[in-house]
Amino acid sequence: MQDSKSVGVVTPQYVTIDKPLQLKSGLLLDSYHLVYETYGQLNAARSNAVLICHALSGNHHVAGVYADKEKSYGWWDNMVGPGKPIDTNRFFVIGVNNLGGCHGSTGPASIDTKTGKHYGASFPIVTVEDWVETQAQLAEHLGIEQFAAIVGGSLGGMQAMQWTLDYPEKVRHALVIAAAAKLTAQNIAFNDVARQAIMTDQEFYGGNYYAYDTLPRRGLRLARMLGHITYLSDDSMAAKFGRSLRNGDLSFGFDVEFEIESYLRYQGDKFADLFDANSYLLMTKALDYFDPANAYGGDLSAAFQVAKANYLILSFTTDWRFSPERSREIVKALLDNKINVSYAEITSSHGHDSFLMETQYYHQLVRAYMDNVST
Amino acid sequence: MTDTTAPSTIALRPDFAAIAEWIKPGAKILDLGCGDGSLLRYLRDTRNVFGYGVEIDDDNLLSCFCNGINVIQNDLETGLSSFESDSFDYVILSQTLQATRHTEGIIQEMLRVGKEGIVSFPNFGYWKNRMQVISGHMPVSKNLPYHWYDTPNIHLCTLGDFEALCQQCDARILERRVMNGGHPVNFLPNLMGMLAFYRFERRE
Repeated sequence: MQDSKSVGVVTPQYVTIDKPLQLKSGLLLDSYHLVYETYGQLNAARSNAVLICHALSGNHHVAGVYADKEKSYGWWDNMVGPGKPIDTNRFFVIGVNNLGGCHGSTGPASIDTKTGKHYGASFPIVTVEDWVETQAQLAEHLGIEQFAAIVGGSLGGMQAMQWTLDYPEKVRHALVIAAAAKLTAQNIAFNDVARQAIMTDQEFYGGNYYAYDTLPRRGLRLARMLGHITYLSDDSMAAKFGRSLRNGDLSFGFDVEFEIESYLRYQGDKFADLFDANSYLLMTKALDYFDPANAYGGDLSAAFQVAKANYLILSFTTDWRFSPERSREIVKALLDNKINVSYAEITSSHGHDSFLMETQYYHQLVRAYMDNVST
Repeated sequence: MTDTTAPSTIALRPDFAAIAEWIKPGAKILDLGCGDGSLLRYLRDTRNVFGYGVEIDDDNLLSCFCNGINVIQNDLETGLSSFESDSFDYVILSQTLQATRHTEGIIQEMLRVGKEGIVSFPNFGYWKNRMQVISGHMPVSKNLPYHWYDTPNIHLCTLGDFEALCQQCDARILERRVMNGGHPVNFLPNLMGMLAFYRFERRE
């Protein structure tokens, strides 16, 4: 059934950026393309644009549905649409697939025109700063000089933050949801186990599996299963699955018995069919590397001295992967600089995944904040 | 003094106007237990202040968002560690003192974070309150609308009590204002005043 508040049928668009991209790693990317979607209308003053930055496994398909594909709603369709908290009746909303992704923007699975082969392992490591630069190129292409807001959850929130540091004049509001100013050692550790799962898969072939017409499916599946556990809370898993058994009785074997096993395997399989393992490696590295305070001797407040945007920082009580404590570090740095900031710690049982959930209070907060964002 | 406040707000909240008179235009403000954010919004609109509210309650937080003010969700009782010392011109505690648990600690945090503190509270020494106690009941009034069993007000005090606490916390009282129904009270304030306002600073 068509959601009356959905933006409806959407079509991805492509842009090729020929301006060479100087990557943080030192490498140069001569040209690349980005796939993006837009919802709503850009106003005459070009002042109502909102950029949505995606997280680890997200993409440009934020809202709406594809004409030829049932149930293909965007990953944040509950948040973005006409009359929704990020209201496409007021705002011109842009979703873009990050460079290095696997949903249409140039990435490891793309063909390198220089060699005629897949980039594979030769695709450079990209960072949050590099993504901001590519998104700035897209903004230029669309004729947007300043965003009304840049919004992101998790890794997306890191991009929203980085935007306000790299282009302080180009962002009026940053909504940084379930994010962190840097990952903890524990968080990097989870990412590395995920990477090891992929890279030790026999089908990985050093990242050049495309040439062998295969995929490191088992590794990616494991990586996703691990990630998925960390995105949920103990409570939400207990509530959803408990110790329920699929067949009612113990079978005294190693096949799927508990519902949680079945769920995780299903999620892992589904993801392994849809996502490129090299992109997963890149995204987790971008997470690990993000640390705007590093250039300031670890002083996050010093890093935010250049910032001019207004900020909304949101965290969720049961999110242990990007805990409220991490968000409070961001808030502290903003307070130290007397920057406009509001912070809410939202009671939720859904762990890190809370930022994607349609919970009433969370959506009320985002709606109330966005209502005060001028167009 | 020029007053640019909307008459309706003054009529509704004479306590807001009383606090606003003490605030220098353009000041940096921290409003502890800011409720729905209407005081901070009022001060922003009338005194051009920059500030943050601190609030714990979810519903109030949402109202603050609707009011378009900066608000940080935080429990006052755990201290103000997010705020640097001397980082605000005024730290305000508007009709919240009586509902705080660690009242003394909060006054000390106000003195640390702000150059000046402003506190307002319902005066428990007001004669009508005393009469109700004499008649054998805990006071219930416009400023103290709760029953003893459902009140969030756990630390009620009189003018004399608060001044003694200031002494104990090394707070120097700079100014006091006592009001009754929107009018200033100068005669027997601890008996005749319903609402008390204090402006104070750290005694060096």
